[in-house]
Amino acid sequence: MLNLKDISCGYGLKKILNSISFEIKEGTTTTFLGANGTGKSTLLKAIVGLLTYSGNLFLKGEEVRKIPVKKRAKLLAYVPQSTNIPFDFTVLEVVLMGRFHASKLSLNYSKSDFKIAQGSLERVGIGDFANRVYRLLSGGERQLVLLARAIAQQSQLIVMDEPITGLDLGNQMRLLLLIDSLKNEGYTLIKTTHYPDHALRVSDQVVWIGEGKILASGYAKEVINIKRLKEVYGVESECYDHPSGQRFILPLRFMENKI
Amino acid sequence: MSKRAITYIASAMIILVVAIFISFWLGHFPISFLEYKSIIMYKLGFKVDLAHLSKLDEITIIFRDIRFPRIAAAVLIGASLSVSGAVFQGMFVNPLVSPGILGVLSGASFGAALGMVLRLPWWSVQISAFIFGFIAVFLALTVAKFYGKGNGILMLVLGGVISSSLFGAFVSLLKYVADPYDTLPSIVYWMMGSLSSVNLFEAWIAASLVTLSLVGILIFSKHLNLLSLGEEDAKALGVDVFKTRFFIIFLATLLSAVSVMLAGVIGWIGLVVPHVARFLIGANHVVLLPFSALIGAIFLLVVDSISRSLFSVEVPLGILTSLVGIPVFIWALHRNVKAH
Repeated sequence: MLNLKDISCGYGLKKILNSISFEIKEGTTTTFLGANGTGKSTLLKAIVGLLTYSGNLFLKGEEVRKIPVKKRAKLLAYVPQSTNIPFDFTVLEVVLMGRFHASKLSLNYSKSDFKIAQGSLERVGIGDFANRVYRLLSGGERQLVLLARAIAQQSQLIVMDEPITGLDLGNQMRLLLLIDSLKNEGYTLIKTTHYPDHALRVSDQVVWIGEGKILASGYAKEVINIKRLKEVYGVESECYDHPSGQRFILPLRFMENKI
Repeated sequence: MSKRAITYIASAMIILVVAIFISFWLGHFPISFLEYKSIIMYKLGFKVDLAHLSKLDEITIIFRDIRFPRIAAAVLIGASLSVSGAVFQGMFVNPLVSPGILGVLSGASFGAALGMVLRLPWWSVQISAFIFGFIAVFLALTVAKFYGKGNGILMLVLGGVISSSLFGAFVSLLKYVADPYDTLPSIVYWMMGSLSSVNLFEAWIAASLVTLSLVGILIFSKHLNLLSLGEEDAKALGVDVFKTRFFIIFLATLLSAVSVMLAGVIGWIGLVVPHVARFLIGANHVVLLPFSALIGAIFLLVVDSISRSLFSVEVPLGILTSLVGIPVFIWALHRNVKAH
């Protein structure tokens, strides 16, 4: 699905990522983990084509920077960390924008686009939000709307920047379950998160990013371990396996001087 | 399009038509309401009492040569400035932006002032204003492209600031060297805006340019919706940001340049009207743009009608639009704060 070869990128003269290479298979969920400011979001932006990069980034065999924008929006959907819109668009209007890549040069969206948009809202559990004003929603609610917009794009690949941050416990569960069900339908998902527990719960592949490169990557239960958490976050923790098969992390102490 | 939006747009259309009819009636040449009604009925092919048509020829000339160009100009310029403002506010993701953000007004002012200082004929002064409006925007875009790789809202704003300031300085220079007894007052008066000199020919030119630009912009209203989410979202959702922006800037500049060319600098409309329109009808450009055009047309037509009928000496439009625009703006802000 997605193949990164020797990717370097950054903002202006400042290099953030250096020579990153890995592969993401179709129908899998990949999570990027790493401390604040290590370049997780930057990498997502490069994948989505919002940032210029050097190296090769193939999406279904095509170099991302060469794919025309409309086609790219059809191939992959992006859920940004947070979007502040100073204008009073309704939720339905925001979600309809996900249909832009499929719409003609006409004034309005088609009936089927409206149906898809409404369906996406229902999919994330906020079908009754359609006529509310996006700007007046809480951060968590906005996050759900942006996810609905990405689903409305009907792209095979959904790239999410910290989709769970800012959601209450119920919505966190809702989103984790949604990610799982999307994966089961054949979507490929990429997300960043600050919660190792969530990464353990819904990822096939975990990529640790630090100091501009890949620290480790592999099967979630193999690469999320006590040693790594200590190295990356400076947190001493313990790891438990629940009878259900889930593994969770209990953080115990923060150490000022990381190893 | 929601039912509410259609109702608002239809109401605005009706109000505009009524305002146009009233404006034809108002003016320094006195026409009784009965006469006015009879003439309209007569022109529409109805039978009327001939006693009311005694001044028919005079009134026809006044309508055609004086009131029509002026009313047409008010409607067109009001619509142009409002749409231009709405477009720039959306594109810059900032509701406090006005049509002059990229320097078109300063550039056009310089062009006009230059023409007046050189004592060119009036039509060349207008063309000079039009051309320098575009040159100023081009300068702003060049600065933005040079330092921001052609995109980046911040660079565009800075480019606009540079261009506006530069041409503003040039205007001051021209004012300084202009003949203080005739050229300087005409520059100053021109920069306050007025519709009194618009003639029939100019009105038709403006009508065609404005209609073309409005239709062109309207076709891109969905793009504008996405652009008003910010550059990254727009790109990720499939908008070719650079090309779309260029096209929209070109059309919005054309709208402002035509306005300035005909009527000088008329402030406030481009800032206030989109606000009021957005507050009433929402942010979706598909309905916001036509609605802004209608509200802007009504607003300028009413203000200009007041200006030419209420006072014995005509008050420059720029002054009146500010005086009327500021309370409207405060009302809009007040309701906005209360609503949220």
